[in-house]
Amino acid sequence: MLTDHNWILTVGVFLPLAGVLIMLFIPKEEESLNKAIAIITAAVTLAVGIATMAWFKYGSDSSKLQFHVDVAWIPAIKSRYIIGLDGVSMPLYILSMVITLLVMIYSWDHIPEPGNAKAFMILMLILQTGMAGTFVAQDLILFFVFFEVVLLPMYFMIGVWGGEQRQYASLKFFLYTMFGSALMLVAFLALFFQTGAQSFSLEYLYAHSSMISTNVAVWIFAGMFVGFAVKVPMFPFHTWLPDAHTQAPTQGSVILAAILLKLGTYGFIRIAIPTLPQAAVKWAPVIGVLAVIGIIYGALGCLAQTDMKRLIAFSSVAHMGFVMLGISTLTQFGINAAVYGMVAHGLITGMLFFLAGSIKNRYHTLEIAKMGGILKRIPRLGWILGMCAMASLGLPGLAGFWGEFPAILSAYSPFHNDYVHLSQPLFRTLMVIAAIGTVLAAGYLLWMFQRVAFGEASPLIAGDVDADGNDLHAGAHAGDHAGDHLVGERGHGAVPFSVGAAGNADPHAEVHDVGIFEWIAWTPLLIGIVVLGAYPDLMFKVLNGSVTKLLAPVQALTGK
Amino acid sequence: MMLAQDAAANLSSGWFLEHAWLIAVVPGIGFFLILAVGKRIRDIKVGSLTIPGGGSMFGVASMAASLVLAAGTAYQWIQRVDSAGATHGALGSFGSSITGMLRAEGEGNYITPVVKSYTWWRQGGATFTIGSHIDGLSMIILLLVAFISTLVQIYSLEYLRGDRRYTHFFAALTLFAGGMLTMVLADNMVQIILGWEIMGLCSFMLIGHWWEDAANSRAALKAFFTVRVGDVGLLVGVSIIFFSANSFATKNGFGSGFDLQGINAWAQSGTASHTAILWGAVALFIACIGKSGQFPLHTWLPDAMAGPTPVSSLLHSSTMVVAGVYLVARIYPVFHTGLSINVAGSHFNLIAIIGGITIIIAAALAFVQTDIKKVLAYSTVSQLGYMMMGLGVGAWTPAVFHIFTHAFFKCCLFLCAGSISHSGSHHSFEMKKDMGGLRKKMPITFACWMVSTAALCGVPFFSGFFSKDEIIDNAHHAGYNVFWIIGLVGAFMTTAYMTRATYLTFFGKPRGAAAGEHDDAHGDAHDPHDLDVDDAHAVQPHAVAAHGSTTDDHAHQPVMAMARTVGDVADIHGDVDASDAEEAVHADDAHHAAEHDVHHGPHESPALITVPLVILAVLAFGSGYLNAAAFSIHKFTDWVSPIGGQFFPKIGEASGELPEAAFKWVNALPSILLVLAGFAVSAAVCISIYGDTAAPLKGITKRIAPLRWGYKFLFNKYYLDVLYEKIIVHGVAYPVSAAAYWFNQNVLDGIVNGAGKWARKSGLWIYKNVDQRVVDGTVNGSGAAARGLGSALRPVQSGKVNQYGALLFSAAAVAALVLILVNT
Repeated sequence: MLTDHNWILTVGVFLPLAGVLIMLFIPKEEESLNKAIAIITAAVTLAVGIATMAWFKYGSDSSKLQFHVDVAWIPAIKSRYIIGLDGVSMPLYILSMVITLLVMIYSWDHIPEPGNAKAFMILMLILQTGMAGTFVAQDLILFFVFFEVVLLPMYFMIGVWGGEQRQYASLKFFLYTMFGSALMLVAFLALFFQTGAQSFSLEYLYAHSSMISTNVAVWIFAGMFVGFAVKVPMFPFHTWLPDAHTQAPTQGSVILAAILLKLGTYGFIRIAIPTLPQAAVKWAPVIGVLAVIGIIYGALGCLAQTDMKRLIAFSSVAHMGFVMLGISTLTQFGINAAVYGMVAHGLITGMLFFLAGSIKNRYHTLEIAKMGGILKRIPRLGWILGMCAMASLGLPGLAGFWGEFPAILSAYSPFHNDYVHLSQPLFRTLMVIAAIGTVLAAGYLLWMFQRVAFGEASPLIAGDVDADGNDLHAGAHAGDHAGDHLVGERGHGAVPFSVGAAGNADPHAEVHDVGIFEWIAWTPLLIGIVVLGAYPDLMFKVLNGSVTKLLAPVQALTGK
Repeated sequence: MMLAQDAAANLSSGWFLEHAWLIAVVPGIGFFLILAVGKRIRDIKVGSLTIPGGGSMFGVASMAASLVLAAGTAYQWIQRVDSAGATHGALGSFGSSITGMLRAEGEGNYITPVVKSYTWWRQGGATFTIGSHIDGLSMIILLLVAFISTLVQIYSLEYLRGDRRYTHFFAALTLFAGGMLTMVLADNMVQIILGWEIMGLCSFMLIGHWWEDAANSRAALKAFFTVRVGDVGLLVGVSIIFFSANSFATKNGFGSGFDLQGINAWAQSGTASHTAILWGAVALFIACIGKSGQFPLHTWLPDAMAGPTPVSSLLHSSTMVVAGVYLVARIYPVFHTGLSINVAGSHFNLIAIIGGITIIIAAALAFVQTDIKKVLAYSTVSQLGYMMMGLGVGAWTPAVFHIFTHAFFKCCLFLCAGSISHSGSHHSFEMKKDMGGLRKKMPITFACWMVSTAALCGVPFFSGFFSKDEIIDNAHHAGYNVFWIIGLVGAFMTTAYMTRATYLTFFGKPRGAAAGEHDDAHGDAHDPHDLDVDDAHAVQPHAVAAHGSTTDDHAHQPVMAMARTVGDVADIHGDVDASDAEEAVHADDAHHAAEHDVHHGPHESPALITVPLVILAVLAFGSGYLNAAAFSIHKFTDWVSPIGGQFFPKIGEASGELPEAAFKWVNALPSILLVLAGFAVSAAVCISIYGDTAAPLKGITKRIAPLRWGYKFLFNKYYLDVLYEKIIVHGVAYPVSAAAYWFNQNVLDGIVNGAGKWARKSGLWIYKNVDQRVVDGTVNGSGAAARGLGSALRPVQSGKVNQYGALLFSAAAVAALVLILVNT
């Protein structure tokens, strides 16, 4: 069985667990050692991922499942351990490894309250296994198991290391996703029985999709739809997302945005559409409409936010709307754009959450109204924020554009063959509305950027007050400052903040620009955003063949 | 990619044509170098010469290199044209019979563009390219952009010296050039979008260059956002055109429906669906409305004057804002066919109407501006209207020629304004307050201003005459009489408002800073010449972007100065926030103190400023002689117009011929007379309003009610800003988004939370009443389900999630069973 280096996927998926195993024997007081082992594990995992990329056969072979493994797993229910990698899985598989490593590096000096680096790192390694496994699984039960493995670490991450409302947010996240999962599992089982109860193998299911009558398929699709749509999240199943994101620690938010949301969209592309093409055509208009509602609604939600992190969270609803619009067209253009959009959103929104986390770390609040002029105090961080805002609003030349524009483009000409076609007037209307969504995106992102970054430094940013509005100069010359800081001539660095004055050490005495671990964690993402923006073929040529293959069952529809 | 006739014609090519993509890549490299190492470079002194540091030299050097490449490209393109042996030099200049003959001769001499393309992305079976597409149009605009960018960068070396973000400024300026050149070079629509949006980004960065001041960042946001509204049309239009043209384009060897040649060929082929091409043209034109400041999306452009003056002169007058015009010219067949331009009996079309409205409304607004840059900004809007109108009536060559001449004279005018502010009016742009009588103090600036003004007004023998008059003349010739009249009226208005601006700036008595007063008590100084103003110091920072005077860098009273209102302008934007205003003022003063503290009284600017001015002024006069129809010179037509019997590559039966008017002095007479009249009337009115204290018409707009209303209407810019900012944007940003969010939190989340609570309650109820009493320990199907439900819901209370697996699988199994039973 071990041919073509096909051990490499199994190693890539389960290697993080080896790190966990080692860490179990190290006392949690050894913080640095624990962190180091975790980071090394993630780095080695990524190295395995890079080797996978190197051995991956590109060109016309990229559409084939490579590193294919098919061995017995649970014979009782005919589920097998089938894994493999194709052009659609590969970018996401690698992305999960990159993000995990970068998040861990970032964690070196950013372990959130209440500490316990060991547990925190272990959870992230388990998460990594779940995420990577989901992207390579080619058996429904295996997929489901990996899909669910992700849930618990994230639940604990939010519930333990989260913000003030972490209990509510984590439980909501958990129950909501579980509710979706239950329906999804029902759908998987139904699919299994409807195709003759022979196999959970995706390959088998793709080939036997025509055994299911359209009426039944529509119901099975409904189950999968809810399961995946909750994860994406699509309007109106998105309400767990802002809470989870806002309450999660930075690391959790980054992983959630960069990878976890993609499990849902990936599920549509990998499972729902090719196994149930006849139902996908029926559901496509619904998905398209909900996607576009998500775009507009998410944007409006963003405009209403007063908290930067919550704003970024809502922007995910809008961005995933573009991804889902692309998917709903059931065309090459649309699905290529969707996968591109998934990766781009992972890089960009992941980066935005990193930035939000770092700002919170420095100023202990993310309230937009209290900020202003961060470019004055921490210019590098401010400009990176500007660049990511531009990337997020879909500026060509940066990665976001290639998820957005082709998705809009594809809606002009949704799926049609000689027998079946999607409604052109509907999708063209959706196209225009989605394009208007890009204006709103520019609105909320630049408005946010303007309020946070431009202008003179606000009292908070300048270090005159703390996040709760307490004057940090404790009456020493309080009267002078109200007018003083407007002039902006006071040398901030030169003012020795007295430790005892406000009862605690001044939080801004050492507010510094981007630090070394932040640079290490962010640079790869920033390079990715620029490179994927400038040369999109880098990824499109990998995706293209696989997308064609995944769409083949849809193309083959005869409308019977 | 090339047509068969290319090989047959045996056209010459060359290194520069083949490597034209370098023109855009070089500034790109310059940008990255400035970003990477710019700040670390210090000034280097070589003898008496100082080479400025801060990375600006990378900018200047890359622009100079770009200019050399563009010049080489232009030279080789001209050779290519000559190698075709085309003899359409006299096209459109003589009687129709001769023209017709020459056209017939020229048939088949279409000069194929030089296209180089590389795979950029792919979808399905198709690959899409990025590359360069050199023809007459792109050649001339490349040259223009590289040339003006180089001059403006040199000018900025002095103008921005010591600026707090000197390096950023040059980085953005260089990136802008890269973006614009990328767009002009483009061989496909997606590349055009790329360049288009990069320009938008740079515009945002440069307008907001001094972002400490809220007014500037607002103006930056407004510019980006307004243009982005238009860009909806770009995305939609490109999509429509792509899918409509794709099969035709691929069949005929043009690559894809993004390919410019393919689109043009498709649009002329006669096979295009009229609905598709119409909607495609309309959508794309909406994008051009946004980018090129056409009515009704022109409102961002005057506010964009908040940026430093070199930015105004480069982006917001001569190059970036013509991108919309360029796009229309680039894929003109789409608009020509889609909007039925030059179809017999048609008197109106979208482009001509929008262009025509823009000419008039912008020219009218130029009369009520007190800020010299805003006069020029509205003038730019108005001239862009001419270009659009020209394209709308089929006058392709004159419109493109007007892009060319306008770039020189308008850039020169802006740089003159900058020179005045830099050395004459102490960083103010207020004509009424801080200028007057500057002609003696700044003779070079004054001379350059006068030459450029003459060109702008279309005074015979200056460049604007040869371009603008051709547009007006062609409108008449093509039967678009309404637009002919609009063009003439516009010419009259142009002369009149420029006469006013010239008078206020260079004539009369020096006032304010021009008289040497520029201490800081200045903001309260009552302006004795300001007849309309009650000096209402009702300061409204929120309206600064809308009503603010532009200031460069260190004007004293950026906020206060704009508080000149008639009647209740202030009431419209009632929110007064004095502290904000104060902040802006303070920040500005502090900044001012830190930088320019050596200027005393008005004087002429140094050579780094005046040399670019003189060069531009020479071109403002001379560039018209490339296509001086009055003297039968048609070089521009030869080199730039893709004709030779046909307009764009002709496929199928449709003819791409455009009507072109033959020049006759008698046809030019009306506009010449109107220019003279505009000058005479305006000069007389200006002297009687702004002249010495006994001026008879002083205060006329206050005294006579209809004039007062008219003034107020114009002062408030037709209330378009109120509509956009206060009603639409404010509406979406506050009530609408708040409502959506309320819905989210209370309805959607309410359902979720309610479901959770309800499930918990019913779980408890089942547990108590069913499980304990009825079933009482007997494990059967319903009991298990109830237990599952109950235990799953316990975490709601306890926060523990212990029976997750059991619940999930039992629930799923039951539901699956049900589903299977129902469906089989």
